[in-house]
Amino acid sequence: MQEVEKIVNGKDLFKRPEYQDVLANKKQFESSMLAINPAKVEEIAEWTKTWDYREKNLARESITVNPAKACQPLGAVMVALGFEGTMPYVHGSHGCVAYFRSYFTKHFKEPTPCVSDSMTEDAAVFGGLVNMKEGLKNCAAVYKPKMIAVSTTCMAEVIGDDLMAFIIAAKEEDKGEFLPAEYPIPFAHTPSFVGSHITGYDNMMHGIMSQLTEGNKGETKQRINIIPGFETYIGSLRSVKSIVEAFGTDYIMLGDHSDQWDMPAGNYEMFSGGTKLDDAKDCINSSATISLQKYSTSKTMKMVEKRWKHAGGHSNPIGLKGTDEFVMKLAELTGTEVPQKLKTERGRLVDAMQDSYPYMHGKKFAIWGDPDFLLGLVSFLLEMGAEPTHVLCHNAPNGWEAEMRALLDTSPAKDSLNVWAGKDLWHMRSLLFTEPVDFMIGNSYGKELMRDTGTPLIYIGFPIFDRHHLHRYSISGYDGALNLLTWITNKVLDQLDEDTKQIATTDYFFDLVR
Amino acid sequence: MGPETLEAKQKAAIEEILKAYPEKAAKNREKHLGVGSPNDENQKTCGDVRSNKKTVPGVMSQRGCAYAGSKGVVWGPVKDMIHISHGPIGCGQYSRAGRRNYYIGVTGVDTFVTMNFCSDFQENNIVFGGDKKLGLCIDEIETLFPLNNGITVQSECPIGLIGDDINAVAKTKAKEIGKTIVPVNCEGFRGVSQSLGHHIANDAVRDYIFEGDLSHIDISDVTPTEYDVAIIGDYNIGGDTWSSRILLEEMGLRVVAQWSGDATMKEMALTPKVKLNLLHCYRSMNYISRHMEKEFGIPWIEYNFFGPSQTIKSLRKIASFFDETIQAKCEEVIAKYQPMIDAVIAKYKPRLEGKQVMLFVGGLRPRHVIGAYEDLGMEVIGTGYEFAHDDDYKRTKEEIFRSTVIYDDVNEYELEAFVKKLQPDLVASGIKEKYVFQKMGLPYRQMHSWDYSGPYHGYDGFAIFAQDMDLAINSPVWAHSKAPWEKEG
Repeated sequence: MQEVEKIVNGKDLFKRPEYQDVLANKKQFESSMLAINPAKVEEIAEWTKTWDYREKNLARESITVNPAKACQPLGAVMVALGFEGTMPYVHGSHGCVAYFRSYFTKHFKEPTPCVSDSMTEDAAVFGGLVNMKEGLKNCAAVYKPKMIAVSTTCMAEVIGDDLMAFIIAAKEEDKGEFLPAEYPIPFAHTPSFVGSHITGYDNMMHGIMSQLTEGNKGETKQRINIIPGFETYIGSLRSVKSIVEAFGTDYIMLGDHSDQWDMPAGNYEMFSGGTKLDDAKDCINSSATISLQKYSTSKTMKMVEKRWKHAGGHSNPIGLKGTDEFVMKLAELTGTEVPQKLKTERGRLVDAMQDSYPYMHGKKFAIWGDPDFLLGLVSFLLEMGAEPTHVLCHNAPNGWEAEMRALLDTSPAKDSLNVWAGKDLWHMRSLLFTEPVDFMIGNSYGKELMRDTGTPLIYIGFPIFDRHHLHRYSISGYDGALNLLTWITNKVLDQLDEDTKQIATTDYFFDLVR
Repeated sequence: MGPETLEAKQKAAIEEILKAYPEKAAKNREKHLGVGSPNDENQKTCGDVRSNKKTVPGVMSQRGCAYAGSKGVVWGPVKDMIHISHGPIGCGQYSRAGRRNYYIGVTGVDTFVTMNFCSDFQENNIVFGGDKKLGLCIDEIETLFPLNNGITVQSECPIGLIGDDINAVAKTKAKEIGKTIVPVNCEGFRGVSQSLGHHIANDAVRDYIFEGDLSHIDISDVTPTEYDVAIIGDYNIGGDTWSSRILLEEMGLRVVAQWSGDATMKEMALTPKVKLNLLHCYRSMNYISRHMEKEFGIPWIEYNFFGPSQTIKSLRKIASFFDETIQAKCEEVIAKYQPMIDAVIAKYKPRLEGKQVMLFVGGLRPRHVIGAYEDLGMEVIGTGYEFAHDDDYKRTKEEIFRSTVIYDDVNEYELEAFVKKLQPDLVASGIKEKYVFQKMGLPYRQMHSWDYSGPYHGYDGFAIFAQDMDLAINSPVWAHSKAPWEKEG
């Protein structure tokens, strides 16, 4: 029973004898197969740690277990929230939107606006035109967004709704009362059974860019567009902006959700920050466009290069080398020397790396996440002399595996470094049991791997539900690399303390100074 | 503020809120907003609101889908089965481990609740159908997770649209592997909310647990007794079922099953033999409780373990179904916990008295928790459900004690407007709304998952509830919203 002076929640409550009795009582009604007894459970649990299990597990072709990817519309919602006053509008059943909103909200601890047009059975039979016409009108009337960005769910895709025709019909319906002809309603097809959330990011960015810039081609301006990609680190967006600003150049960040998912307390406004729509319309006239995530923007960048004919291309400013390349690209595009501010920042980072390298050198890591994130992080690990033993990308697009392999091949330890494209986190579990590593780097789903395998987890990635505020920091630029260095090194030191803290047995190595 | 003024204010708020909508939407939403009062003559609902209707398109509804109702609520917590999210990757990923359905077991070996199994549909599965893939998924599950006691197939949207026959696959494969395979046609577009998913899931329990071939489930070692009961519709959020179960066991009853939080197939198979079904979440599991009443003659009663007043009422109601021994023990249990509850109330009531609350949740909580707040001297001035039916609102009417604004399927815009106009001291709702109100500097508790605390059920749970509400309302952090250099007013 609770004691009023020390009320405890479930964590401690259920450890008490009376609750242990409840759980023991329950056991007699639980097990349904005679074969299942504690010894059998133990036997199977041990078997899941073996090479035999690993082989069977890796041979899997049909069932996905504990994936490390999400579906297209999630990325589309992120893009929309990166533009001024823009409401993400998902054409389909509202269940999906409840999920997207919850998922982002749980990661960012921030509100995530997004509407759907709540399609149900009748829409499945007759199509979603009625929902779209009414939904766009209601959305415009109630939330008064400056733009509505429409993406689809698998439902709308399977029944084959014609978005462009529907949007035109919606605008004609109310004679412009709610949706004037010039009201921007860009759209993208984002079927969940193609690609992953990064594909949806690309499709929606392409949709917004192509629609807003249409007919706006004019004089080229000395200005650089930056497309961040599916970037969940708010601090990274700010780091990148500060690097570009250091060059004194004019720039537009296309899809800047940093203020939307980092609103100050006080008055709540549904939309905050974002790329100005006027800038987005004019971005076609910039002289260059740099995408920070190659695999999250491939379709968009094809348009930028082929149709807009912009210079720039890709640059992934994670880690020292990645940031150097980004800085040099900016120097080249602007014809400016690298500013002293950045030279100083770089020097500080290198100083820090030289201070900490002994603790990362030779350490084995397992890491998973999105393709571009992994290229950046692995590059940084290699710069520190660490060994990324297992690099797993569930949503690896064509070409990624070869690129990652080539990167790993630059390491002296290359023969023991493995790329796992298209694999999930249950595969990772087998890899960790059979070929253990010192640390894992990944999202919150890694905590179950940590529990099962005992491998310490360094939280870097998306989604992170069970740790607070990491997304507010940067992982890009020289300051971002310093954050990575700090998080990783200190986790290594934490673990060293953990391993040596036994009094009078191991604590000779429990050093006060490191 | 007298009740008349509050009621007038509530009605004015509704009127003003409706003005933002285009005509058709306003007409629709008007039916879902009302002011309920205990003297309300309308017997059908509370505040005369209509419910279980289609959501207005284009607004930010907080509703989920049928898949969420089946996989996320009813089937997902059954721990010794593997639940396949059948279709593309998203639904399973977004619903993974979101509901805090606590359980004991070796995850990945004999229990699977927090894992995500998905057939991960690709374009060719949409074009050529996914039945073959489903069969292969089941084979792989059998190889890698041999201690699963059964499998459910939770259909995502495309399954129904492309006309896959998961029922046939389930039938064939079940024969092959000698275990139960439950196909659940809970595609997200079905119905207007997660509610239909609960119903579909209940029907699947009926067809595949009660009427299916359970030859692989051995229940012969459990001999029925006169005091056997089952807990139905408790999902063990943060351990709720455990803090409920302890009271029933203390009063001499034998809980042979709990659904579906921390449930196993064997427990479900034992349920048709109990003497009484105890229904906590009426909305999600009244269907199967009614079915058991009709088919097996098992009576069911609703109970409410939120707050001591309702808990005492419910314990006595449950005891009244049994003999005097149980009734006497029930009084002993009530007496045993009373001093602790008195101490909790003595400690927290002075800090919470008179504070006003606005609720918006699903299931049973918009009415069941009213009593718990009242036990602490707090007042619920607004409440509503994401996916209720008329009978839920009828039951709500019995719980309110003053004029209360009632909002069915309230969307983000409306809830924000209600809160701004009625200015409660606490908003208690879901994750999607949480940070909207916290940013306004309003104390908030997430009442779907107890904000990562809990349990809230039972006597022990009430102590945690009281402590959490105090923590929320009386935290010093809310005073920091306004900077010291900002002017008053």
